[in-house]
Amino acid sequence: MIRREKLTQMAFVLPALIVIGLFFAVPVLLGLLLSLTDFDLYALVSLKNLRFVGLANYIDLVQQPIFWKALGNTAYFVVLGVPLSIGLSLGAAVLLQSPLAHLKPLMRTALFAPVVTTLVAVAVIWRYLFHTRYGLVNEALQSIGLNPIDWLGDPHWSMPTIILFAAWKNFGGNMIIFMAALQAVPTDLYEAARLDGAKTWAQFRHITLPALAPTTLMVGILTTAGYFQLFAEPYVMTQGGPLQSTVSVLYLMYEQGFRWWNLGAASAVAFLLFGLIVLVTRGLMKVANRGAA
Amino acid sequence: MISRRTLLASAALPLVACAPREAPLRFWGMGREGEVVAELLGGFQRENPGIAVQVEQLPWTAAHEKLLTAFAGDATPDIAQLGNTWVAEMAALQALSPLDEQVATSHVVQETDYFSGIWKTNVVDGQLLGLPWYVDTRLLFYRRDLLAKAGYDHPPRGWAEWKDQLRALKRIGVPNPLILPNNEFEPLLALALQQDEPLLKDANTRGNFEGAGFQRALGFYLDLLKEGLAPVQSNQQIANVHQEFGRGTFAFYITGPWNIGEFKRRLPAELQGAWATAPLPGPTGPGASTAGGCSFAIFKRSHRKAEAFKLMEYLSRPEVQGQFYALTGDLPPRKSSWAWPALTSDPHARAFAKQLENVRPTPPVAEWERIANEMQTFAARAAAEGSSAAETAKALDEDVDRILAKRRWLHERGRA
Repeated sequence: MIRREKLTQMAFVLPALIVIGLFFAVPVLLGLLLSLTDFDLYALVSLKNLRFVGLANYIDLVQQPIFWKALGNTAYFVVLGVPLSIGLSLGAAVLLQSPLAHLKPLMRTALFAPVVTTLVAVAVIWRYLFHTRYGLVNEALQSIGLNPIDWLGDPHWSMPTIILFAAWKNFGGNMIIFMAALQAVPTDLYEAARLDGAKTWAQFRHITLPALAPTTLMVGILTTAGYFQLFAEPYVMTQGGPLQSTVSVLYLMYEQGFRWWNLGAASAVAFLLFGLIVLVTRGLMKVANRGAA
Repeated sequence: MISRRTLLASAALPLVACAPREAPLRFWGMGREGEVVAELLGGFQRENPGIAVQVEQLPWTAAHEKLLTAFAGDATPDIAQLGNTWVAEMAALQALSPLDEQVATSHVVQETDYFSGIWKTNVVDGQLLGLPWYVDTRLLFYRRDLLAKAGYDHPPRGWAEWKDQLRALKRIGVPNPLILPNNEFEPLLALALQQDEPLLKDANTRGNFEGAGFQRALGFYLDLLKEGLAPVQSNQQIANVHQEFGRGTFAFYITGPWNIGEFKRRLPAELQGAWATAPLPGPTGPGASTAGGCSFAIFKRSHRKAEAFKLMEYLSRPEVQGQFYALTGDLPPRKSSWAWPALTSDPHARAFAKQLENVRPTPPVAEWERIANEMQTFAARAAAEGSSAAETAKALDEDVDRILAKRRWLHERGRA
């Protein structure tokens, strides 16, 4: 009887397992194998030109300045971009949730709109906004007496500009999650706090934030993992420039693999990035668990 | 080399020109040229009713990947348009069929009628693998009126005079007399090709950027930026080159033939007499430039090489090339086509005719596109950090040697 039940269970799970195996596990395994070879243009001609190189791709990679540069750029993007993005989401969610907010549905739609717009289209508009000479942003700076900034052309400003762009583009998604979580916070907690004389800020610190902690952790992990995979923004706005200041790890992989056809080296980049994301998210979990305990 | 204009993506549009008895000849055309080639085929069909041609159009942005994928998937066309810097790459893949025999017996295609620098870009290891279709090179577009104001009645004849002119322009208030976008490798490449030393050595398996020639070119390039004669900028920061050129923000621009049409269209009428083109100045006299453009190539896997060559021959006829020029503005690779009135009467095109006599090919290695990009990256970084040409060249050689490691390995085994 029990065996029969097991068989039925297997029959239900098997299709999904086969699909996952075929379209996820096998490609990942092949990718790992690929990263141990020097598969390139020449290997396309004849497999005689393909060499098994062990970890040489990985060793080669960590010896190249551009890899560290890309890693540094990506870390910069994550460290600044994730808090900024989550902060914006949280702020927007709290403001929208406030009884003082008017036209809530309209505002919600407006703030969520960047998430559903095409990245390429908005990137073009941002490039106009941030143009050195004719951009609205610099015009605003000049009107208050500041010097114009070469946003996308100065290697010191290009990454901050990309961060602003990415935060603006993405905060709407997390905002919706925060809004849902906020609605689940019991209102009697706020009423009790008000009776005890707690002001708005104290309410936010001692009720809202603790109530949102699990949501924030989840949002933080997802956003971090997503931001490590920075690619489309620099690809559209700067092509990695100026002076490679916006080359991210994934952008490096794209160049290696699809521009120069070094698929072995590109796979190695991908696996290094994967390892890094695993490490960082596990670290985040650990910190969060310690905080909860 | 691919002009920016042709990068405009367009949808693939199969076009069957004639009812086929057997499978039609597959022709891959790219961007604007791919659109236009169908219009040229009428005459070919009348002469060869038995050969059906199917033009498949690829956007430039996807063309390179498509070609490689087609090669890997055994789906290459019979004949294709190839950027001539890709010929070496396709040759490394052993994907192309040599054309030497067919050209030797052809009445239409004569090597002597082609600009030799352009022809050479299609020769890899002594084999002719492509036939030039149209050419592209870089030279000077300049503001004659501003130069006159600065006291010169002629374009520069050498580097020294060029620098003097740039300084004079700066004195009369042109903020950055020359545009050298730091994400375009063509200007520096042209300066480097003007030198006598080759850019790669040891049978093209190692970089030769530490050679005196490249260092001289890089030194000159960096000096222009350091002196403020050209701004350290990317081409994206110059939002609208034509508008800025019209405003006199800069007076010299190193660019290609497609801009003749653009400048005619976009500059205001009162400025139409004020701009001109001139061959690139070299270290001590007229200088060489890049040999770009596109070629036709026949793929090895094609079963219909004779028919494919017939089509190539047809499209290479001077009168068909004239028609092609009228449709696209792409410059013909044959000297006899330059006798065509539309070209002789255009003063802007004349400088190109002169420059095309003096163009040099880049090293025919599959890795070249990447090496050219690395070269520009290193140069841009040197300009920003103020490092010397010598240090930069040394670091660049190390990098290029690493890129060419596989090629060296293959070369030692006689396979590359």
